Amino acid sequence: MTFVDLTFFVCAAIAIYAGWRVFRTDSMVRASFFLLISFIAVGIIMLLLAAVYLGVALFFMMAVEMMVMALFMMMFMMNPAGLNPMNMVHQEKVAMGIGIAAFVALSGVAVFGDFPSRPVPDGLDPVVSLGKELLGNSMLVFESAGVTLLATMIGVVAMTSHRGRFGEANEGSVPPGLEPGGDPAGKPQENDQKQQGHHHHH
Amino acid sequence: MSLISLLIVAAALIGIGLYGAFSQQSFVMLMMGLELILNGVMLAAVGFWAMTGAGAPEGQLLTIIVMAVMAIEMAMGFALVVAVYRGKQADMTESLSGFKH
Repeated sequence: MTFVDLTFFVCAAIAIYAGWRVFRTDSMVRASFFLLISFIAVGIIMLLLAAVYLGVALFFMMAVEMMVMALFMMMFMMNPAGLNPMNMVHQEKVAMGIGIAAFVALSGVAVFGDFPSRPVPDGLDPVVSLGKELLGNSMLVFESAGVTLLATMIGVVAMTSHRGRFGEANEGSVPPGLEPGGDPAGKPQENDQKQQGHHHHH
Repeated sequence: MSLISLLIVAAALIGIGLYGAFSQQSFVMLMMGLELILNGVMLAAVGFWAMTGAGAPEGQLLTIIVMAVMAIEMAMGFALVVAVYRGKQADMTESLSGFKH
């Protein structure tokens, strides 16, 4: 077994195990770091395959993206630190079946498929060939990706705005009930005020 | 490291990602499932480029496009989380009951 094979199997095991742990940890922040580990392992496999630019780009992109994700976890989640056990899932059996079915089907394609063996020729610089493609024949595709990203930025700013076309974005917003279909959580102030003799006429 | 083993690893990542995307109630965890699917797709694309493509640069270009899709998915997903939180004060998929028929 060569060094490349050994590194590949270690990285593949890390990528799959960390990917699985994303959905099996109590802490949302730890989940985003497990996902980062999975991406870094895949990036190392890309480096082994001589896709130097893509592997390194994956490292940088995912490091930043997972930091943003961890920040969002802390802003929105009820259990970011993992102090309580947590398992927030629905239709888990169906989801597990879909995942296993997809794995079996795609592995079947991998094992029984008939793929040609045409490795990267010696002397080809993957980074140079990618750069020539991006700024040559595939320039329209590359530029379209840039325009799409710009459209995304504008759409994201519009979606997250405090004020929409129809008034405040959080108008009439109430917290969800503690039980499904129950009263909104954290709203006993109205009753307190009535007991204290304040009368509000609506 | 053969094409078969690479594709099986990619299939495992896609399967785990599908499980997460279908089972998680929180929007951010759901997005992690989608990211894991794209992770497997990128690995398969690079594997095909390296083993069967004879160095055709379009294989690498496909991975760049998947990375752009990933960035767009993250940005739109976080914007959705913020918008849903403004309206429902929760980030669970169940809070979007208006989408049920």
